[in-house]
Amino acid sequence: MLKIIKLNVNGKINEISYDDRESLTDTLRNIGLTSVKKGCEAGECGACTVLLDGKAINSCLYLTSWAEGKEITTVEGLATEDNDFLHPVQKAFVEEAAVQCGFCTPGLILTTTELMNSGKKCDRHEIREEISGHLCRCTGYENIINAVEKVVGKDIS
Amino acid sequence: MGIGKNINRVDALSKVRGTTKYTEDLIPHNALTAKILHSKIANGIVKDIDISEALKIEGVMKIVTCFDVPDTDFSTAGHPYSLDPTHADIKDRKLLNKRIRYYGDDVAVVVAIDQIAAQKALEAIKVNYEQFEPRLNVYDNKKIENPLHEFYPDDVMSRMDFYLESDNKAIFKNHKVLDELVKNHSIEGNLPDSNKSMKKNEYTLPIVQHAHIENIVCFAYMEGKRHIVVSATQVPHVVRRIVSEALKIAIGDVQVIKPYIGGGFGNKQDIIYEPLAMYLSKLMGGVCISLILSREETFINSRTRHGMKITTMLNTEDNSLRMQNRAASIISNQGAYSTHGHAIAANAITNYFQMYSGSGMQFGSSVSKYSNLPSAAAMRAYGIPQICFATESQMDDYAREAGFDPIEFRIVNLAKIGDVEPFNDIHINSNGLVECINKGKELISWDDKKKKYEEFNINSKDFKKGIGIALFAYKTGVYPITVETSSCRIILNQDGSLQVQVGAIEIGQGSDTAFCQIASEILSIPEDKINIVSCQDTDISPFDPGAYASRQTYIGGGAVKKAAVLLKKKILEKAVNKLGISFKELDLIDEYIIRKSDGEKLEKLENVILYSMYSLNNTEHLTAEATYTGLNNAFAYGACFADICVDIPLGKIEIYKMYSIHDSGKIINPQLAEAQVHGAVAMGVGYAIGEEMLFDKISGKPLNNNFLDYKIPTSMDIPEIEVAFVETYEPSGPFGNKALGEPPIIAPAPAIRNAVLFATGVSINSLPLNPQKLVSAFKEANLIDEE
Amino acid sequence: MYDIKKNYQGRTISDVLNIMKENSDVKIIAGGTDMLIKMKERKIKDVEILSIGDIEDLRGIEIDEAGTIVIKAATRFIEIIKNEYILKYIPTLAKACNQIGSPQIRNIATIGGNLCNGAVSADAVPTLLVLEAELHLIDCDGNKRTINVNDFHTGPGKTNLVSGKEILTKIHIKKENYENYSFDYYKYGKRNAMEIATLGCAVGIKLSNDKNIVDDFKIAYSVAAPTPRRCKSIEQLIVGEGVTQDTVNLIKIENISELLPRDSWRASKDFRLQLIKEIGRRTTINAIEANGGKLC
Repeated sequence: MLKIIKLNVNGKINEISYDDRESLTDTLRNIGLTSVKKGCEAGECGACTVLLDGKAINSCLYLTSWAEGKEITTVEGLATEDNDFLHPVQKAFVEEAAVQCGFCTPGLILTTTELMNSGKKCDRHEIREEISGHLCRCTGYENIINAVEKVVGKDIS
Repeated sequence: MGIGKNINRVDALSKVRGTTKYTEDLIPHNALTAKILHSKIANGIVKDIDISEALKIEGVMKIVTCFDVPDTDFSTAGHPYSLDPTHADIKDRKLLNKRIRYYGDDVAVVVAIDQIAAQKALEAIKVNYEQFEPRLNVYDNKKIENPLHEFYPDDVMSRMDFYLESDNKAIFKNHKVLDELVKNHSIEGNLPDSNKSMKKNEYTLPIVQHAHIENIVCFAYMEGKRHIVVSATQVPHVVRRIVSEALKIAIGDVQVIKPYIGGGFGNKQDIIYEPLAMYLSKLMGGVCISLILSREETFINSRTRHGMKITTMLNTEDNSLRMQNRAASIISNQGAYSTHGHAIAANAITNYFQMYSGSGMQFGSSVSKYSNLPSAAAMRAYGIPQICFATESQMDDYAREAGFDPIEFRIVNLAKIGDVEPFNDIHINSNGLVECINKGKELISWDDKKKKYEEFNINSKDFKKGIGIALFAYKTGVYPITVETSSCRIILNQDGSLQVQVGAIEIGQGSDTAFCQIASEILSIPEDKINIVSCQDTDISPFDPGAYASRQTYIGGGAVKKAAVLLKKKILEKAVNKLGISFKELDLIDEYIIRKSDGEKLEKLENVILYSMYSLNNTEHLTAEATYTGLNNAFAYGACFADICVDIPLGKIEIYKMYSIHDSGKIINPQLAEAQVHGAVAMGVGYAIGEEMLFDKISGKPLNNNFLDYKIPTSMDIPEIEVAFVETYEPSGPFGNKALGEPPIIAPAPAIRNAVLFATGVSINSLPLNPQKLVSAFKEANLIDEE
Repeated sequence: MYDIKKNYQGRTISDVLNIMKENSDVKIIAGGTDMLIKMKERKIKDVEILSIGDIEDLRGIEIDEAGTIVIKAATRFIEIIKNEYILKYIPTLAKACNQIGSPQIRNIATIGGNLCNGAVSADAVPTLLVLEAELHLIDCDGNKRTINVNDFHTGPGKTNLVSGKEILTKIHIKKENYENYSFDYYKYGKRNAMEIATLGCAVGIKLSNDKNIVDDFKIAYSVAAPTPRRCKSIEQLIVGEGVTQDTVNLIKIENISELLPRDSWRASKDFRLQLIKEIGRRTTINAIEANGGKLC
């Protein structure tokens, strides 16, 4: 059934119509935020990850009807004038060649952003744990870990 | 600027910002959804289908069954067209199939307004089958009663048999001649002129899958008589040809667009559902039809890596490390449809003789047999991970029994510069393998660790440590088996920047960045002024058969180099015109026309192009287009090392670290090259320790076709990976470069397996090395106490 | 898109009870990470759902003056993992919860869901079994009851909860069941993350003051029987024994009568038996060491 919802996405309130059977992945993609990827639609690959009130979740396992009143961030919302249109996490991913096909990249950037915002500093093993909800078939995770370490590594002040 | 530098990927910014568009992101909102009805049996015939209830479901627009589609067979293999009919791909499937050949075969298709309606319709379709007993195992010699394909009564799709003469040249023979030596598709007994018995081993490789994160997806629509397909494909120009052949549409009326793609690894080198999507659109007046496979479907209904059983035999000369007689035979499980099968088994068996050679008799055979399983086709390194597991396990097994040092044993028998490989007259002009071995030994501290771990293992019962090595050799591109061709077009903009159009396909490996570096190297224009068109559109893009065989930088790079050289010539000719100085005195350096003799800057490049484009009475747009034909092949080489610890009672392998050392000739972009190696090593680790597609042994039903049950490694499963390059110069490469994209997946599995052998003394002769298998082998070897 | 016939949103507990009373077919959904997958797999279709994940009264962790730790049913795993009381008094539960799914799943999935879906492999459950957690249920008429978690699971995917009529509101863990005990949880999976357990094992142990005698011992397994369950047969053998390798070695198949590991494509029976023994022992040793004991 079509309904109207006010969604707070990337700092902007959108009043949109949606089908109340939709997952948040579907709805976000329908409003043009196609960085939210579909890889399994079962919470296993992490490609659909978004931040919900600052926490990374699989948007494929979240109903849009639950999202009213919550803050949603997708990777399209990270690059702002304040960070010269390149968020520090995005910058690290570029510099460390952590991107290949790019399909898992938006989700990983958001999980890293949550980690960065938490203020926690991590060693490489902890980084592996933190990003373990994202499957990547291109990079072997090595450069992704390098990029994350650049942002939240133990010896970064 | 130029080659050999760490340039950021040209698509990195758009990918980190999430603005990159993949196929599914481009589907118009009014597109209809097509969902396929897959068979619930593995072997049989569709007798009839009742769609009456399904048609009543709200939102269902159309249902097409296997009784409705054209009686045209097509091949899904994304190979270039072959002028030689004996090399042509086998056309053995229709858009939908009455003859069911695997659990999940395509029986009917529903077009609906959304996925839920389509799903409900699928559940309401009733299919009546005549069932045959599924054949999943190709390794037995059971009599075939209902062959899967009409023209292959014994289910043998192809086979190849040969022996090598003393000059190491292959002689191909009908297998009946060789059957004297090769009995029942496996090698038995000793070779006649061998005075020593040969050691025989058997290795079994599982069926695995590419598991790119973007599923198989395409959509199709019409604009007038134009048939437009947008697809996540590695081979857009081949898609165009196959759609044209399957639907009998003039090739020029078909337009294929390849947006960015979310990984392919060979799976998107098959043309599976594009013809069906186009057919449905045409049938429904040109409306847009989207066909998106779910993850579960991608596992089963796209392609897999071949399962194989490989038998090897070997002996050495008396009192010597030198190999004498060698033999190998492969039985390859092709699955339901032929696709690339014949080429992959052949590629695998020949590799056994391309890396090492013996001084005596050598022979090989490969057989590809159909079975009631998903179709196996191209996957990263095309049959070589399978044969390499056998070759390199055999090297360690033999060395251990004979008391040889496994590394020395390898070095003595390696193919060397100056050798000619036995099958295709490929001359080895660069080979840094021994340097790779030495580099790897140094990085892993081989000699130290060997001693330390041997001592550790004496006193440790539940945990045992090991190091292992495996080598590989891998061809670059497909010449001379099929054509190697690629085109590039470069346009000089009025500000001196470039637009580069290539036929070669970026699939995440970074070829577009390498191409910009190559153009920059020749034209001395910085990469940030070079704009490459990353998405191929067959209406616009120059021709290239596609991304496979680690050929992009070797062949596509040749095309970019050739076009850039041509453009440079045109620019300098124009400068001659403008400056009145002779051609041979001029050069183009750092965006200036300079005089060679003293290096003086004579004119800005920008002014030359402005002059060329806008002189009132005589204009010329400076563009260059070139086709490059590859007339060579070259082996890339490498050595992989594994450092591990085995938890004996739990059968778990902890990998401390992997080392991957490569001779891929000149490295165009070291940072991106390393990244390629990381990814391939990780895929190899998955192949080694966990990945395997499982099917119910009776029904053939897939058991683990999802990301929870099919164990592709997570960040917690992959160790640190150290990469090093031994940069040789390969004369046939455009800049001395050769294959890199696929090779690093080849050797991790045997390296890890050999490390387990070192640690435990137990030879595991099949993959994956999963805990259950290890525990059972360790129990047999009395490493675990039975209570 | 999910095959949802009707999508109800509960704002308060009484809201939920009223909706349940009027719609007997309604299915409760909290974090959704399990139920939505079942809907995708078409095991549940054309369904009326009632969401309870955002009800304030069902969220949070408290401790009362008697030292009982109260975890409300829709508390997210991430909240358990980071909670100060949990980390102080029963860190083993944080450890177990930290092995569920992935970080994204733990950010949304609830402990109540992990219990009520009745999964044989539920990661939080073996630990709750050895903690003797008490489950508080309420039905749509407002009747309340409590049940020991050891009596809750009745079969694969089945629990004592009356579906569509009853909800789990909170979990109580009493001081007597954690004070002076040490615990450990071992999850064995083929992968090191994003994994469904091949076997899970939780141990709770209390040693004598001199750390030489096992005063109390509790062990529970998941994926070793139709439900996650305790092995009283072993517990009885070990209580009162010395803290020795021989005692640990009592954990062997012949001594366990409660488990029924089976052959499946995920793992063979033989392999599961090996895991039951080996992991039971390792988990026990870890728990002994955490209690200040040392094998002799």
